[in-house]
Amino acid sequence: MKRLSLSQAFWFLLRRDLLLGFRNRSELANPLLFFVLVITLFPLAVGAEPNLLARISPGIIWVAALLASMLSLDAIFRSDFEDGTLEQMLLSAHPVPVLVLAKVTAHWLVTGLPLLMVAPMLAMMLGLDESAYGILLLTILLGTPVLSLIGSIGVALTIGLRKGGIILSLLVLPLYVPVLIFAASAVDVSSVGLDAGAQIKMLMAFLFLALSLSPVATAAALRMSMS
Amino acid sequence: MSSLLQTRDLSCVKDDRVLFEDLNIDLKAGQILLVEGKNGSGKTSLLRILTGLSLPETGEVLWQGDPISEVGPDYYEQVNYVGHHDGIKRDLTCLENLRLVQAMGKPLPIDLDEALEKVNLYRFGENFVATLSAGQKRRLAMARLVVTEALLWIMDEPFTSLDKASMAMFQRMFEQHLDNGGVIVMTSHHDIEMPDSDVVRLNLSE
Repeated sequence: MKRLSLSQAFWFLLRRDLLLGFRNRSELANPLLFFVLVITLFPLAVGAEPNLLARISPGIIWVAALLASMLSLDAIFRSDFEDGTLEQMLLSAHPVPVLVLAKVTAHWLVTGLPLLMVAPMLAMMLGLDESAYGILLLTILLGTPVLSLIGSIGVALTIGLRKGGIILSLLVLPLYVPVLIFAASAVDVSSVGLDAGAQIKMLMAFLFLALSLSPVATAAALRMSMS
Repeated sequence: MSSLLQTRDLSCVKDDRVLFEDLNIDLKAGQILLVEGKNGSGKTSLLRILTGLSLPETGEVLWQGDPISEVGPDYYEQVNYVGHHDGIKRDLTCLENLRLVQAMGKPLPIDLDEALEKVNLYRFGENFVATLSAGQKRRLAMARLVVTEALLWIMDEPFTSLDKASMAMFQRMFEQHLDNGGVIVMTSHHDIEMPDSDVVRLNLSE
């Protein structure tokens, strides 16, 4: 029998990780819960003044999304590292970057996509101008995959360390900042009726850059961590 | 017969300690290399270097005469590695795990229920790995030898938590693999009964 083609292997691993995600859904609900909680706490702490909340809502939503994404990063490779399936993945006959991309995609589908679904509700709660909803969703759609992709490099580098958590945050946060700036700014300008085209194009550029480079970097980092 | 797996002046250094140096191994089809030595003598390190997971300090590993770093995926396709960790997911069933193993390697045309029967796990197909005993997990981990096609089997203490009957079963499987022209590298604290002509012993403590 021949080995699976590259795309078959990609889909196989993606499906496996989604299945595992579904079976561990309580664990994966954490980032979503965190996202919702942080945003709900803001009106309580800052006061329910509509103009103020509406003004800072793009920032609140995006900071919460960024932290929620960072919180879930470790799960990309942790269990595979501990039970030895990561080792077997590196010894697979398929190119590791493709397998890494499958894992990161699955991870985004279970942790990033839910944020996209609850974001409109939270935006409404904060009183974000309706004209900015589309752009908000678009920034989350373009931005959170970038966070997952960049984060996977950091996780791969720190997976072998016993207490990699702090180093991981220090490693990936600086790389998250550009995404935060452009995404929040896009929502911000569109809420006052200006065109956010430039920021969206920047986010798209980040996404394509991360899509093409990060799996390769992650695969190399995993090899380093496992040796 | 030409050699399949060779090492050339292999040395390994860990935490400023030299585990082994100038190691030259030469394995032909049908031979088994038994790596022996005290705890911490570098058995696992050697095995990981042979798989390509770790890099040696100096020297190189050759597969059919070519360095494995150059052979790449075509080498991995020929290797089946059973490490300290079982490499199976506890939240998947036995069958799902075997399908994953096949997807990542070069699958053999074998019915998966039949494969489970070969490692004495018949009727456990739909059971989650989390519910299996340590020995059963080990047998499932070893099932990768049955469902994928690879010439070189590298095994790190494959008999951990196995009972005598299972050990005998796997030894027969190893013999068959050697008869088919395969190569095996393994560490084990258990005695292996094999025809002497096929066995190469390497003691890292000496």
